[in-house]
Amino acid sequence: MNNDVIIRAEGLGKKYVIGHSEREHYVALRDVIARTAKGFAQSVTDVIRGQASVTGDTREEFWALKDVSFEVKRGEVVGIIGRNGAGKSTLLKILSRITEPSEGRVTMKGRVASLLEVGTGFHPELTGYENIYLNGAILGMTHAEIRRKFDEIVAFAEVEKFLDTPVKRYSSGMYVRLAFALAAHLEPEILILDEVLAVGDAQFQKKCLNQMATVTSNGRTVLFVSHNMGAVKRICSTSIVLSSGTLQFRGETAEAIHRYSAGMTEDASISRALGPDLTIERLSVGRRGIESGRPVPYEIVLRTLRDTEVMDLSILIEGPTGERVAIIDCRTAEYPVSLQKDTCISFSGILRALPLVDGKYDLGLFVQSRYARGDVRGLSELIVSEPMSQGFPVPYPAEHRGFVTLEHEPRPPKIIRDASLGRNTQIIPASA
Amino acid sequence: MTINANMAPATLPSSEADVLASQRVLVLEAGRAERHYWRDTWAYRELFAILAWRDVAVRYKQTVIGIAWALLRPFLTMLIFTVVFSRLAKLPSDGAAPYPLMVFAGMLPWFLFSTILSEASASLVTNANLVSKVYFPRIIIPSSSAVVALVDFAINLLLLLALMAWFGFMPNWQIVFLPGFVLLAVLASLGPALIITAFNVKYRDFRYIIPFIVQFGIYISPVGFSSTIVSEEWRFLFSLNPIVGVIDGFRWCLLGGESSLYVPGFIMSLLTGGLFLWCGIAYFRRTERTFADLI
Repeated sequence: MNNDVIIRAEGLGKKYVIGHSEREHYVALRDVIARTAKGFAQSVTDVIRGQASVTGDTREEFWALKDVSFEVKRGEVVGIIGRNGAGKSTLLKILSRITEPSEGRVTMKGRVASLLEVGTGFHPELTGYENIYLNGAILGMTHAEIRRKFDEIVAFAEVEKFLDTPVKRYSSGMYVRLAFALAAHLEPEILILDEVLAVGDAQFQKKCLNQMATVTSNGRTVLFVSHNMGAVKRICSTSIVLSSGTLQFRGETAEAIHRYSAGMTEDASISRALGPDLTIERLSVGRRGIESGRPVPYEIVLRTLRDTEVMDLSILIEGPTGERVAIIDCRTAEYPVSLQKDTCISFSGILRALPLVDGKYDLGLFVQSRYARGDVRGLSELIVSEPMSQGFPVPYPAEHRGFVTLEHEPRPPKIIRDASLGRNTQIIPASA
Repeated sequence: MTINANMAPATLPSSEADVLASQRVLVLEAGRAERHYWRDTWAYRELFAILAWRDVAVRYKQTVIGIAWALLRPFLTMLIFTVVFSRLAKLPSDGAAPYPLMVFAGMLPWFLFSTILSEASASLVTNANLVSKVYFPRIIIPSSSAVVALVDFAINLLLLLALMAWFGFMPNWQIVFLPGFVLLAVLASLGPALIITAFNVKYRDFRYIIPFIVQFGIYISPVGFSSTIVSEEWRFLFSLNPIVGVIDGFRWCLLGGESSLYVPGFIMSLLTGGLFLWCGIAYFRRTERTFADLI
């Protein structure tokens, strides 16, 4: 093994077996008995072999991860991105030894610590002090190591006054801060992090990112899974894109994010009831690779379950903590629209220039029809990426820029004479 | 590449163990048997200690009667057994030892056994969040929960000593073997406990077997009566139950010369206990790799 390569994964695969039941009406008692007996024999065999037993008549293999190979060099900070169910968590679980791969192998050099959840093993009845030792031990720190860093951890978490309070009385902010403070002080050669920055307030997130940047500048190798593209972009030099269990891309982070957001909106079909009269079949904003500042088409497809009328329809765009960023008002002069039972109707349009800053947004719908009225949240996601421009100035990190980019034309700075200042300034005498 | 030059001094491995760990190459592969299973488990001894401490601390936090519960249960059981077996059924005690003392000496290992069984079998499921988020040898969880049972045991032992003082009964020199028999009781309990724990991860209804084992077992083990009342031709078969050997051993060392040890039966119990332990560990090791997927 090359001295520089600290993690090497070769042809990794993880298989799960899922069972299906054949839905048919049993007519003969003989069949029922035969099936039950077969199922029972199967479970007994599974139990004896020590395998997962699966109920159902037919078994299907499902590969959560298939033929994934990559290398990570010492000191590299690698982002792992992909949609939900792409296999990110499975990969992290294999690397952190929680579950074993079904095929392939991983070779790792050095001490590995993984943080798949903030505050794993915190016990609500125990005090902050006790939980630091408990959680530290769970994360793989030795007693001596925790004692050495204890003051640092407490200061980082800002919980000095509450060390003797059971953590069940902590506010959620304090809880998360304490949990992360511990994690931030882990010092393994390889650190595996899953979506842990999704918690805490913005200021604390920033502190954690900074702490992580310090950690990584010490030559530590980090694998980082996140949906927060801003964070990935900021701390990861290279990234891995997973898509339905396979490795899609391995390389520069900017390119990886671009590919990821391109794959994001390919499948916009959803099927969810909005009310007794309507279901939504499709909600798409943009087709491939939505970039900030570019024109973006949108479409809503509704299906009616009975005769109805659509009075209002808007797409809701919400930020990471649920605040409403914008809406796309879909009403036109043709509203309200009367519809017959069992029809599909499409509402579409185009946004001239998407003003949203890069990041992940949630899409919802506001609908008012004859039988339904209200907001339906969390229907889909919108991933906006920054267009790859070489221009100047380089944009600030997305988390400092709010939600929208304002179109404006700055003029070049101009030196002005002092005298012109006085023109609009009223001078009030001190002894008036 | 000079790695150490990039590292701040504070991040350098701090002890010899850390240096060893940092040079270790870890290979993860399908079906790869853990070669250094016991060494690995030993490396996690601090986690074992802290989990055991957590279970004990949590058990006695926010309780009013806490320790009193641990005292009341064996005391009342002892009273009832004495009344039923000694007064009503007129069964003989071991030699000259007072019947309540004989019952209590048998009940100590029995309660240890049943507490370990119930604590361990539920432990993996109640710690599901740990199992699915962090790696460590899984055997740590059921075995650390056995420590809680040992704390209860220690409290019961004090109660027994108080009873002995009240009856004016002096134990013999054999009492020095007590720690050995305690260890034996723990090992004999861990075997079945590990099997049930591993089963219970997948089949949550498996733990309902425990009240049954405990209820049934108290009558096929010499808890309320002395092993000596079992007739010679049944004695050997009776000793197949690993707990029989443990209880006889406890009585032998606590009641001194008043109770004699039936050696072939004791060896039989040791063997069955050892077999259970071996099966338990083997089955647990084989299934523990899939726990995170099942839990």
